[in-house]
Amino acid sequence: MATNTGGLSLTQQRQRAAFWFIAPMLAALFFVAAWPLIRTIWFSLTNTALSDLYGGEWIGFDNYLSLRILESGRWIWRGTLVDPAWWNAVWNTVRFAFVSVFFETVLGLIVALVLNAEFKGRGIVRAAILIPWAIPTIVSAKMWAWMLNDQFGIINDIMLNLGLIDQKIAWTASTETAMYAVLMVDIWKTTPFMALLILAGLQMVPRDIYEAAKLDGVNPVKVFFRITLPLIRPALAVAIIFRMLDALRIFDLVYVLTPNSAATKTMSVISRENMIDFDKFAYGAAQSTLLFAIIAVFVSLYIWLGKVDFSGEGQR
Amino acid sequence: MAKIELKNVTKSYGAVQVIKGIDLTIEKGEFMVFVGPSGCGKSTLLRLISGLEEITTGDMLFDGERVNNLIPSKRGIAMVFQSYALYPHMKVYDNMAFGMKLDKTSDAEIRKRVENAAKLLQIDHLLDRLPKQLSGGQRQRVAIGRAIVRDPRVFLFDEPLSNLDAALRVQTRLEIAKLHHSMSNVTMIYVTHDQVEAMTLADRIAVLRDGRLEQAGTPAELYEHPNSLFVAGFIGSPKMNFLTGKFAEAEGCTTLGVRSEHLEVVDNSPWTGEVLHVEDLGSDHFLFVEIGSDEPVIVRRPGKATIPVGTRVSIAPKPGHLYRFDKDGKPVR
Amino acid sequence: MSGQKLLSTIGFYALVVVIVVFSVFPFYYAIVTSFTTGTDLFKINYWPRAFSWANYETVLGGRNFVRSIWNSVFIATTTVVFALFLAVTASYALARVRFRGRGLLLMMILAVSMFPQIAVLAGLFELVRFLGIFNTPWAMILSYVIFTLPFTVWVLTTFMRDLPVEIEEAAIVDGATPWIIITRVFMPLLWPALVTTGLLAFIGAWNEFLFALTFTSSETTRTVPVAIGLLSGASQQEIPWGPIMAASVIVTVPLIILVLIFQRKIVAGLTAGGVKG
Repeated sequence: MATNTGGLSLTQQRQRAAFWFIAPMLAALFFVAAWPLIRTIWFSLTNTALSDLYGGEWIGFDNYLSLRILESGRWIWRGTLVDPAWWNAVWNTVRFAFVSVFFETVLGLIVALVLNAEFKGRGIVRAAILIPWAIPTIVSAKMWAWMLNDQFGIINDIMLNLGLIDQKIAWTASTETAMYAVLMVDIWKTTPFMALLILAGLQMVPRDIYEAAKLDGVNPVKVFFRITLPLIRPALAVAIIFRMLDALRIFDLVYVLTPNSAATKTMSVISRENMIDFDKFAYGAAQSTLLFAIIAVFVSLYIWLGKVDFSGEGQR
Repeated sequence: MAKIELKNVTKSYGAVQVIKGIDLTIEKGEFMVFVGPSGCGKSTLLRLISGLEEITTGDMLFDGERVNNLIPSKRGIAMVFQSYALYPHMKVYDNMAFGMKLDKTSDAEIRKRVENAAKLLQIDHLLDRLPKQLSGGQRQRVAIGRAIVRDPRVFLFDEPLSNLDAALRVQTRLEIAKLHHSMSNVTMIYVTHDQVEAMTLADRIAVLRDGRLEQAGTPAELYEHPNSLFVAGFIGSPKMNFLTGKFAEAEGCTTLGVRSEHLEVVDNSPWTGEVLHVEDLGSDHFLFVEIGSDEPVIVRRPGKATIPVGTRVSIAPKPGHLYRFDKDGKPVR
Repeated sequence: MSGQKLLSTIGFYALVVVIVVFSVFPFYYAIVTSFTTGTDLFKINYWPRAFSWANYETVLGGRNFVRSIWNSVFIATTTVVFALFLAVTASYALARVRFRGRGLLLMMILAVSMFPQIAVLAGLFELVRFLGIFNTPWAMILSYVIFTLPFTVWVLTTFMRDLPVEIEEAAIVDGATPWIIITRVFMPLLWPALVTTGLLAFIGAWNEFLFALTFTSSETTRTVPVAIGLLSGASQQEIPWGPIMAASVIVTVPLIILVLIFQRKIVAGLTAGGVKG
């Protein structure tokens, strides 16, 4: 009997091709992501300086936390974990992340509900809300810095005219309002993105459910809380976590809008400052490693909550 | 041109076995139809023959040559897909020429073969169009044309008519039959869930059920000598009447089968009941008679309906047209 | 129409107007400011009063800003081309071929796309120095791979999954290898997705700030965001708001035009990257 088992089978041919298709991508990701991450973690365990990247010595976890007992018997704790500036940054970041994501979700939901309704000019509204999203963060920061300018800013003018404030506020410079300024800009810029994600979820809700509710005479508010919200909850949860991850690593807006303000300095900002500006390279690396760990927890949460379908076979 | 032999072929996806050991020989030039309810494994079997899926165990031979792991393009097959699967960005000509271009066939040869096939299928005026500019029926022809130009040993059809409307389906069915006559040396394998398509097209039919071959034979064999209750019920329209209980016991079997056209209205018979419903098709008509069996018995009679709903009638099978099955669904000889 | 219904319609449209004004106003105000010069800047103008190109002349007249624009264009384009090139083949394999570890791989790619960039900054800094590309465009091109590549792979994988299976099978029967399937069958079908994904990646690279700030040290190598971010006067009172707004408008208008043209596709792309698994 003639056999024809020579040559590759279809599955083998495809799997071999898949290997060669994926290998360059993996190599690139290893080169720019995995390796630098490993090096960052390594640096965080040394006393490397910016000016001499290869002169660092292994100091274990001293950048994170170390204890020295003086002869006098005093205990001295050192390291990021007892650094008030770091905890201030953590607090700033967390506060920023929760508040901004909360408002973005609520406002995004409202915008999404508006866009999900059918009305004349819907296309214009959708185009309009894409504008804040399309503007580079740095540009938004500058635009708002101008609008929030204490003397010549239009925001102060509007608020004075409306009687909301009785004297001009130095929004970005004052420690009391700097965070509000950052939040304002971030919410303005990111709500559209949120709205689009939520809108995608809304559009998957079958229309006839609303028709049925309408026929039954259910109050619209009730429809929203009893029908719409539960149905879009998965999409909403994923969008929130997605945004949360982004908010936790915020850097550029804070850096440009409120430079050197302790009231807004976030984990990313303080890490870079130590690493590059203050010549505490290894110390900054330790802080960025901590941020990585926090975000890693959120990523796991996203993958778990999002029930992201990796097999590519189910769903849809 | 190919004789296809399947020897104890199985296919598993992980722990799930979908083809559970099939032995079947398809002769050269034969038109074989795989038929069965959805999920019976008929499409999987076709894909195993095409090489798009690989068999798990067993052997598959084309003209005595083992092709178990051979890639589809080297098997000498051509396939017509349910959705036509035309390349949307290529003109009809390029759709048909694509395989030959990959084969490095000369341009002149490609042109000749595409034009011949196009003429045969009467799509030669469409060669410069894109698939989206064609009607469903035209797309179907292009898909067939793409298969013809490959000059295959085996022609595979995967439910090719299921996306067409009823009228076009009958017409295309006829064309596929004509194609088979004009390419009488090419083996054709055709998958469908529609037993009418199977009956009208096939030289032989293979009825599949739950990953196993239930029966293979000519349409007449399957119709006249079904070797299981399942085949008896699957082949033929309307479905064969099945009677159980006292009706079957009287004949010494578990299930008694009788086709609607083998029933007559008689003056007196133990099978008596009320006419529940009448379907008049013009050329003939169906009576649905409630005689106390599980389901109403369907009687097919020629001409226009003459018996009104509600009438009590007696019906009896014509002699020699009873099918008797035991409790395992096997015929009682 | 009943009174209540009229009222709710008015309320709805009022909400629509608020949304539109809130979205558009800051950009509108930047445009107004960019045409304002001199002491007019220090009066609050809700409507354009004067119209002067002076700020634009200042920005474009200084050689460095034009240079920054070219830097950004070069860096973003190169990054996107590179990412798309690697992503098309990789996403075919991830979307279309069954192999062990595929789920894990996709999870890893998603995780990398959510990386805090600061976490790799120290390591990348070392790498950039080691390769001798500090203060050159290549430093950015290299580092932008970290967010453009996972993103393009992820989005293209979701698009690639949606292509009909039978077309691929028809190509296999026709004798097409995986490479032929990608280049001659799928690529022509994926053009819209490629454009969308490329555009989104381009915007990402165009807007990036952290790496560009850290890996450049001279004005001639800066990208646009860094140039604008660091545009400042001698003191807080001397910030050149007019030129800054002009620069902002210059770099934003092309993006807004692109985004509006590709509106629908961008929404699809964003959603694919975000919600759809």
